[in-house]
Amino acid sequence: MILHQLIDYETLRLIWWLLLGVLLIGFAVMDGFDLGTQILLPFVASDDLDRRVVINAVGPVWEGNQVWLIVGGGAIFAAWPPLYAVSFSGFYLAMFAVLAALILRPVGFKYRSKRDSQRWRSGWDWALFVGGIVPALIFGVAVGNVLQGVPFHLDQDLRIFYDGTTLVELLNPFALLCGALSVAMLTMHGASWLILRTSRAVAWRARRLGTFAALATFALFALGGVWVSDVDGFRFASQIVTDAPSNPLTKVVEQGPGFWFANYAAYPWMMAAPVLGFAGTLFMLLFCFLRREVLTLLASGLSVLGIIATVGLAMFPFILPSSVDPRSSLTVWDASSSHLTLFVMLVATGILLPLIVLYTTWVYRVLWGKVDAKQISSGDGHAY
Amino acid sequence: MDLNIVDLSRLQFAITVLYHFLFVPLTIGLSVLIASMETVYVMTGREIWRQMTKFWGVLFGINFVLGAATGIVMEFQFGMNWSYYSHYVGDIFGAPLAIEGLMAFFLEATFVGLFFFGWDKLSKLGHLAATWAVALGSNFSALWILIANGWMQNPVGAVFNPQTMRMEVEDFAAVVFNPVAQAKFVHTVSAGYVVASIFVLGVSAWYLLKGRHTALAKRSMTVAASFGLASSLSVVVLGDESGYLSTEHQKMKLAAIEAMWHTEPAPAAFTLVGLPDNTERKTHYAVHIPWVMGVIGTRSLTSEIPGIHDLVDLAETRIRQGIVAFDALQAIRKAGSSEAIPSDAAAAFEDTGHYLGYALLLRPYLDDPREASDAQIRQAAWDTVPHVPTLFWAFRTMVGLGFFFIVLTATFVYLSARHRLDRHRWLLKVAVGAIPLPWIAAECGWIVAEVGRQPWVIEGVLPTAAAVSDLGAATVLSTIAGFTVIYTILFIIETKLMLAAIRKGPEKDNSPNQKLVPDALAPAE
Repeated sequence: MILHQLIDYETLRLIWWLLLGVLLIGFAVMDGFDLGTQILLPFVASDDLDRRVVINAVGPVWEGNQVWLIVGGGAIFAAWPPLYAVSFSGFYLAMFAVLAALILRPVGFKYRSKRDSQRWRSGWDWALFVGGIVPALIFGVAVGNVLQGVPFHLDQDLRIFYDGTTLVELLNPFALLCGALSVAMLTMHGASWLILRTSRAVAWRARRLGTFAALATFALFALGGVWVSDVDGFRFASQIVTDAPSNPLTKVVEQGPGFWFANYAAYPWMMAAPVLGFAGTLFMLLFCFLRREVLTLLASGLSVLGIIATVGLAMFPFILPSSVDPRSSLTVWDASSSHLTLFVMLVATGILLPLIVLYTTWVYRVLWGKVDAKQISSGDGHAY
Repeated sequence: MDLNIVDLSRLQFAITVLYHFLFVPLTIGLSVLIASMETVYVMTGREIWRQMTKFWGVLFGINFVLGAATGIVMEFQFGMNWSYYSHYVGDIFGAPLAIEGLMAFFLEATFVGLFFFGWDKLSKLGHLAATWAVALGSNFSALWILIANGWMQNPVGAVFNPQTMRMEVEDFAAVVFNPVAQAKFVHTVSAGYVVASIFVLGVSAWYLLKGRHTALAKRSMTVAASFGLASSLSVVVLGDESGYLSTEHQKMKLAAIEAMWHTEPAPAAFTLVGLPDNTERKTHYAVHIPWVMGVIGTRSLTSEIPGIHDLVDLAETRIRQGIVAFDALQAIRKAGSSEAIPSDAAAAFEDTGHYLGYALLLRPYLDDPREASDAQIRQAAWDTVPHVPTLFWAFRTMVGLGFFFIVLTATFVYLSARHRLDRHRWLLKVAVGAIPLPWIAAECGWIVAEVGRQPWVIEGVLPTAAAVSDLGAATVLSTIAGFTVIYTILFIIETKLMLAAIRKGPEKDNSPNQKLVPDALAPAE
């Protein structure tokens, strides 16, 4: 195979870094409103019918949305194997908590309304709440830890060793701030979805809680920005080679405060990301106030995009820095798959991703409109 | 046995995958059965077929969610528990998993919502398309997962790169069109169809025994029996193809399945039953059928199938070559730049590099394979023998059940053709009792494939023991406990909901003209 030489290794790595962002942001935007809806479930609906309206607002689509996470995981495995290996095993117990929470989700949706018992149903409501808030919190906490560096090192065989990551250490103040931001952001996004898909009391409560969540998102994002200046960032101290074989141990890295702002100083256009993060929440509030439902959802989605992109751009080219052995840090230039694999995966993604967007759009169009409470109570066996 | 991190990680993987594989085959098979039923509905317009689609769809849905939920654990635990594996082969193994998500799971999961929620929102044809998209998605899913798994059994198209210390892909087409993967795909998908067919057959038989929903039950039985007969024939024939391919690629697995301790003159006999003994390295009370094994394994009367003792000798020579490769690798890496590599080291690695993984078999005994004693090498060579009794019995259970499914489904195809489905109550009882059996066969199949590959996680490339994450035993033990608790609770809930849905039966049909028209496929009442 020589076809893959058409695109050089450096460009492919850059494209796959962007695609990593696309998939993670795709997950946060698409599945984010499902998670947010689950967080809101106990608070926007009091009686059983209303709760079923909330669940059916995400019922037909959450399953497809969750695939963004699965594909995200698969793409990290395929395009960034060391990242997959280090992060998934490094955050082992946190990942377990996420998995346990995510297992609760499908069964909660599907099984809740299969029995007509108050205890059964309210049990599943709280399971769904846990299934929403735990992943939201942990993903945020994980990002907070990545920004500070994760305590791992690689040996000569590139075997991975952890130097005492306990669950408690992961829960440091800055990481918890990031976790809170993540929860607020996805709650805002979930509220925007519910405003669009529901009516009357549920929509009214979603509007009120969504407003609080948007304000919290704005405040926590701002606070996070200030706090990051105090966090030790990472940068290359040796020449950057962008097309060498993927081996993280060939570089020298240094740590210091303010390094995470260096990209924004060097490339001011990158400021578009944080600006979008802030502006998105403000526009979400504005459109929510103006009762423009579609625009509300769009604004909160853009805010999610802006906030996640802010982190990614700040760290570039770092993906997963190591706090105990900085040269083990994984970067765009030394933690990717081989040239050929990146190319093959790009071709596959280039063909399949547009198809996915196409049929997902079609499915959303078919399902467009408010959830009909009457239809749920009429007992068509297929609604959740 | 003291529980080390390797055993614990393997235990967790086995629990997760065996549990996941309770739901997956039914999803694969039932999706196709449902889509076929709906196709009949759209083509004939007969209401009963819509009712069937919806009824089996409810059971499909209850099953589907657990398959999807446990699938995420499957995908994530490679990174969580097998981080060196993920680093070492992610360049090849990750791609089929990612493509599975993009090509198959997106399709399946996006349209499964429409299948349940789209009955009133779509035209008949539109809904049928959504149902087929789900069926297609779940079958594609199996394809890519088995391409990934096939590569673990027969790692083609990849080469070790000393600079990145991992396997890297050389020929992607070879990975995709790996003959082992293709045989496994058809075998596994057929097994899924058998699971679903026997499930539909058994549940319908229960309705006939109770005298409920007989029209729906008879039609469902006719579909399930014919579909089940075709697929159980396919699963046995294609299983045989897998066996033939093992002769080429995994001789040790085949020898262990047959408990063939010594090479026999061709054509070898097939051991029908016996008590293989892993410590004494012989099989007690063996009953042989002459010739059969040689013919199945080699498709000839003259080729020999090597026995376990000979294969261990072969492994020993490979370990010695692996040590040469390991030594050359150290020299290559010390050299730094590619110009500085000593030519003898380069030549030695060129010669023996593909046996590098065999040197890693010594890692449980000492860190530097070059210092291994002869006794340690011999011991490592014997480590290449998987647990013979497990394989021997799992294989025989699977094959025996496979033949039973052929007989069972053929009987019901015959009864259906003679319009006598409800004539013999004892046969209906057998069908109900047979419901769990395909699951047992499928789980045995996984055990044969994966336990048979031990001690390798990638056959001949990476030993399982070298692939684990650097985690504490207590940590892994706690997640094993956690998963076991969650899985057990969900399994109980799932089973209860399934039984409740079956007891409740199909929805009452509101359409007035549903008076049953005699159908070509099933008798009128």
